[in-house]
Amino acid sequence: MLGQVRSYDGNAWVDWQWVGDHLDEIRKAAQTHLVVTVEVVVLGVLIALPLALATARRPRLRSIVLGVSSLLYTIPSLAAFALLIPYTGLTSRWTVLIPLVSYTLVVLLRNFISGFDAVPPEARAAADGMGFSQRQRVLRVELPLALPAIMAGVRLATVSTIGLVTVSAIIGQQSLGLLIRDGLERDFRTLIVVGAVLALVLAVAVDLLLSAFSRALMPWRRAR
Amino acid sequence: MSLLGDVFDWFTSASSWRGSTGITHRLIEHARYTGAATFSAVVIAAPIAAWLGHRRRFGTLAMNIANVGQTLPTFAILVLVVQLVGTGSAPVVGPLALFLAMTLLAIPPIFTNVYTGIASVDDAYRDAARGLGMTTRQQLLHAEIPIAAPLLVTGLRIAVVQVIATATLGAYAGTGGLGRFIIDGFALQDYPQVFGGALLVAALAIIGDRALVAVERHVGPHSPQI
Repeated sequence: MLGQVRSYDGNAWVDWQWVGDHLDEIRKAAQTHLVVTVEVVVLGVLIALPLALATARRPRLRSIVLGVSSLLYTIPSLAAFALLIPYTGLTSRWTVLIPLVSYTLVVLLRNFISGFDAVPPEARAAADGMGFSQRQRVLRVELPLALPAIMAGVRLATVSTIGLVTVSAIIGQQSLGLLIRDGLERDFRTLIVVGAVLALVLAVAVDLLLSAFSRALMPWRRAR
Repeated sequence: MSLLGDVFDWFTSASSWRGSTGITHRLIEHARYTGAATFSAVVIAAPIAAWLGHRRRFGTLAMNIANVGQTLPTFAILVLVVQLVGTGSAPVVGPLALFLAMTLLAIPPIFTNVYTGIASVDDAYRDAARGLGMTTRQQLLHAEIPIAAPLLVTGLRIAVVQVIATATLGAYAGTGGLGRFIIDGFALQDYPQVFGGALLVAALAIIGDRALVAVERHVGPHSPQI
């Protein structure tokens, strides 16, 4: 395997020969990258949504939740991974998931809370007047009205997670970042460039995709 | 909990602090990288953003810059810049590449916050400043910047936190700073050093953030109330 490297051009920005020979490896790295990102964002939404709803009429609780999440957000990812390793293990996915999920909370909570706050009181009163249960009111009135802010938060959280997943390669976890790491260690430029550019492309592509998705999700806003 | 004991020993042993690989020196390096990159990002982005904000033009550009800034994967950008700037094949990369990457990443939050801060100054203040016969420069310095100050500091804060994190990753690309303890600790399988370094990085980021939050609160009340 290592002997093979010698037949490729280590100084070229991209040795397309290598890319052609390793498409499978590249595809797998990109796939893992995407899977980890989705796991992080889904977990983040599952935590942030009930928290945002729970803090709706509790300003004290809200400022505590926002304070804790922004404190966690401040801790650089590499340091957070390093601090978790003794407890979760070097190879455990949770070492990466726990910090990345907590980073998404800042953006998600802020957007979710401001989304729910922006629901007009008349809409709530109308829902109550129509005899909706609290559950129905949340699902059928508040959630759709808060959707633009919610989707904006999800989009931002997803894109920044894609960037941060790359960092997890430094502790050896599989992602596009691992291509970069291998490239740096083997001094093989193609790996570095392919990993970094794909991480960039993935972030931009997912951002555009989510923007299109949220437009499709909210046909009533299309007039704008 | 022997790890925490070892970490304690690492922090308390004099040899951890001394010399060019000691905590003191690494901390200063980290602070210097952060200061230099943030400062140059402010010098590059703030005047343009303030002027555009004053004219209230290119608002979509400001938003797009913010979006691009949030989309950029830090580590990937860092490595790409290192590849572009770094000479030859040696893995030794001068702090120059790190400096350029960090500056690049610090520009978007500063640009966007300065633009939004200045552009969203209430028309009443803008008109009053103009009515007093202030020049554009005076309007910015004496009216718009003081009023927008909290938002300007927020931009600075986001940039500083970002840069402190990026400077940590820089260690992987061969530069100094506190990230060295994490990277070198891994290489040596010296986990007390990894953990201690991570604690230092986290502490530095939190202290930097909190300090700027305090500044943010202090510059706030100066803004005149109607």
